[in-house]
Amino acid sequence: MMTIFDFEKPINELESAIAELRQLAAEKGLDRSREIAELEAQRERLLKQIFAHLRPWDKVLLARHPKRPYALDYIRLMCENFLELHGDRLGFDDPAIVGGLAKLGGYKLVIVGQQKGRDLKERQKRNFAMAKPEGYRKAMRLFRLAEKFRLPVLTLVDTPAADPGVESESRGISEAIAQSMLTMFELTVPAVAVIIGEGGSGGAIALAAANRVLMLEHAIYSVIPPEGCAAILYRDPNKAPQAADALKLTAESALELGLIDLVIPEPLGAAHRDPQTTALSVRTAVLQQLDELSRIEPDALREQRYQRFRQVGVYEAAR
Amino acid sequence: MQRRGVAQENSEQWVQCAKCKKILFRPDFERAMRACPHCGHHHRLRACERILLTVDPDTFQEIDADLRPADPLGFPDYTDKLRKGTAASGENEAILTGTALLSGYEIVIGAMDFGFMGGSMGSVVGEKVARCFERGAERRLPVILFCASGGARMQEGLISLMQMAKTTAAVGKLQRAGMPYIAVFTDPTMAGVLASFASLADVIVAEPGALVGFAGQRVAAQASVGKPPANFQTAEFQHEHGMVDLIVPRKQLRPTLTYLLEMFLPVEAHAR
Repeated sequence: MMTIFDFEKPINELESAIAELRQLAAEKGLDRSREIAELEAQRERLLKQIFAHLRPWDKVLLARHPKRPYALDYIRLMCENFLELHGDRLGFDDPAIVGGLAKLGGYKLVIVGQQKGRDLKERQKRNFAMAKPEGYRKAMRLFRLAEKFRLPVLTLVDTPAADPGVESESRGISEAIAQSMLTMFELTVPAVAVIIGEGGSGGAIALAAANRVLMLEHAIYSVIPPEGCAAILYRDPNKAPQAADALKLTAESALELGLIDLVIPEPLGAAHRDPQTTALSVRTAVLQQLDELSRIEPDALREQRYQRFRQVGVYEAAR
Repeated sequence: MQRRGVAQENSEQWVQCAKCKKILFRPDFERAMRACPHCGHHHRLRACERILLTVDPDTFQEIDADLRPADPLGFPDYTDKLRKGTAASGENEAILTGTALLSGYEIVIGAMDFGFMGGSMGSVVGEKVARCFERGAERRLPVILFCASGGARMQEGLISLMQMAKTTAAVGKLQRAGMPYIAVFTDPTMAGVLASFASLADVIVAEPGALVGFAGQRVAAQASVGKPPANFQTAEFQHEHGMVDLIVPRKQLRPTLTYLLEMFLPVEAHAR
C-alpha cells in the first residue's frame, strides 16, 4: 500500500530541485525564475492532488511525521518569553512533559505540553513523549500554579500514549492521569487544549480536560493506537490502516462527533512544510478562544468545562 | 473454553476452582462467596451477584436501567458483540447501578460486569457512573463502586475516551459535596477505568489477587528494562506501591465497607 511517505517522495524531490536551482541562480547570478516558478507550480499541483485524498491512516502517519513541529517548536514560534519550569516536587522531572510561563498576545499563560525528541538521543531522553506519573504530576503542579495566580492554561497534546512500563506502574500512572484530569476540571481559570500531533488515549486526555479542545487538521485523537486496535479486531497489527478507518480518529471526525470545538487548518502539505504559518494559525485560534473564555466568570468556567464533557455520550433509552 | 477466573461448572453439585483446579462442593463454594476454600482464589462475580452479596436484603433499587448502548461509529461487529455480551452476562450493559442500604446506610452502588464485553466503558457505563456521583452529590449519599473492567471500549472510539473525563469530572462533584466515595477493585481493574474514576476514590479496597494495572502485561514488559516482578499488576503489587489502601477478602468486605461508612458519615445517616 502507498503511504504518505511514498507520496511525499516526488514532492521532496521537487523541493530539493527547487532549492538547488535557487542556490545555483544565486551563486552564478543567473535568472532561473521561470524554471523555479514552473517547478513550484508542479509541486503545488502535486500537493493539492495528494492532500485532497488523505485517508485516516495517512493522517496517522502525518501526525507522527518525524519533521512535524513539536510542543517546544510551537511555544517558540507563538509565544514571547517562555520560562520553562521543572519538576513535580516529589522527586522527579519528566522530560516527556514540558511546561512553564509564557506570554501570548496580551495574555500571561501557563503552558504544558508533551514533547517528542528530534533525534535519537533526544527521543530517548523524552521517552518518545510518553509521560510517566511524574510528568502528569508536574503538569498538575503547574495547573495549580495557574489557578493560584489566575493565569489561563494552554496545553499542547502530542503523545502516542502514557508510559506503560513497570516503573510508571509502580508510581501510579493511572492515578496520575486521573488526578491530572480532575485538577483541570477544578480550575476556575480558562483552559484551552490543542491536539497538535498524536492524541494517544489516556496519556492525551490527561491534559485535555479543557474548556475548549482544538485539533490541528492532520492531528489524530484516539482511544487506542490503530495498531493495537488492529491486533484485537483483525488479529493482525498490519491492518492498522483499516483500524484507523474504523476508529474515526481524524480531526474531521472528532468535530463531526461534537467531541472537539475547532479544527485548525494546516498549510498545504501539512504542518512540517511550514511550521511558521501553522504556529500562527494555532496562535490566532488560541487567542480567539482565550478572548471568549476570559469574559466568563471563574465558577461559570468550571461549570462550562463540566458540562462540555458531561454531555458526551451516545446511547438510547429503552421504553 | 475456560475463561480465566471463572469457576468451571462440572455439574450442579460440583465446581472446579479456576486456579488450584480442586473440585469443590458447590454449597461450600457458595458459602465462601466463590472464594476457593483451598487456595483462596477469588472467582469473578456477575454484577447482580456482587450487589446481592453486598447490600442489605431486598433494598437494592436499580436506577438508569433503561440506558442501552448505541453504535455511534458503525464499528465493525459492535452490535454483534453487544448481543453476545447480553447473552453472556444477562445484562444490557457492563454496569448495574442503583440505591440500596448497606448495614442500614443508604448508598449509591454500582457494580461492573466483566462478562459484558470485558466490563469495558463506553457511553452507557460512563453515563451511569457519572449519574451515580451526581446522585450522591445531590442526595448527599455515599457512593460505592465495584470495578471490573478491561478499560475503555474501543468500539465507541474517542467517545469512550471522553467517558474517562466525564466520570472524573463527576467524582469532582461528589468530592465538593463532601460525600465519601469508596472503590473496590475486583479482577480485573485496568486501563481507562483505572486511569479515571476508579483511582479517585477516598478509600480504595481491592480483592486479593485481582489484576490491577494500566497497560496490558505484554506491553508493560516490552516497555520496561528487566523483567516485571512476579506479582506485577496484582492488587498486592498496587498495595505495596501505595495505590491501594486495603486488600480485603470477600468475606470481610461488608464489615469493612460498613466501618468506612460509619467513620465518614454522621450518626444521623444511619437512620433506618
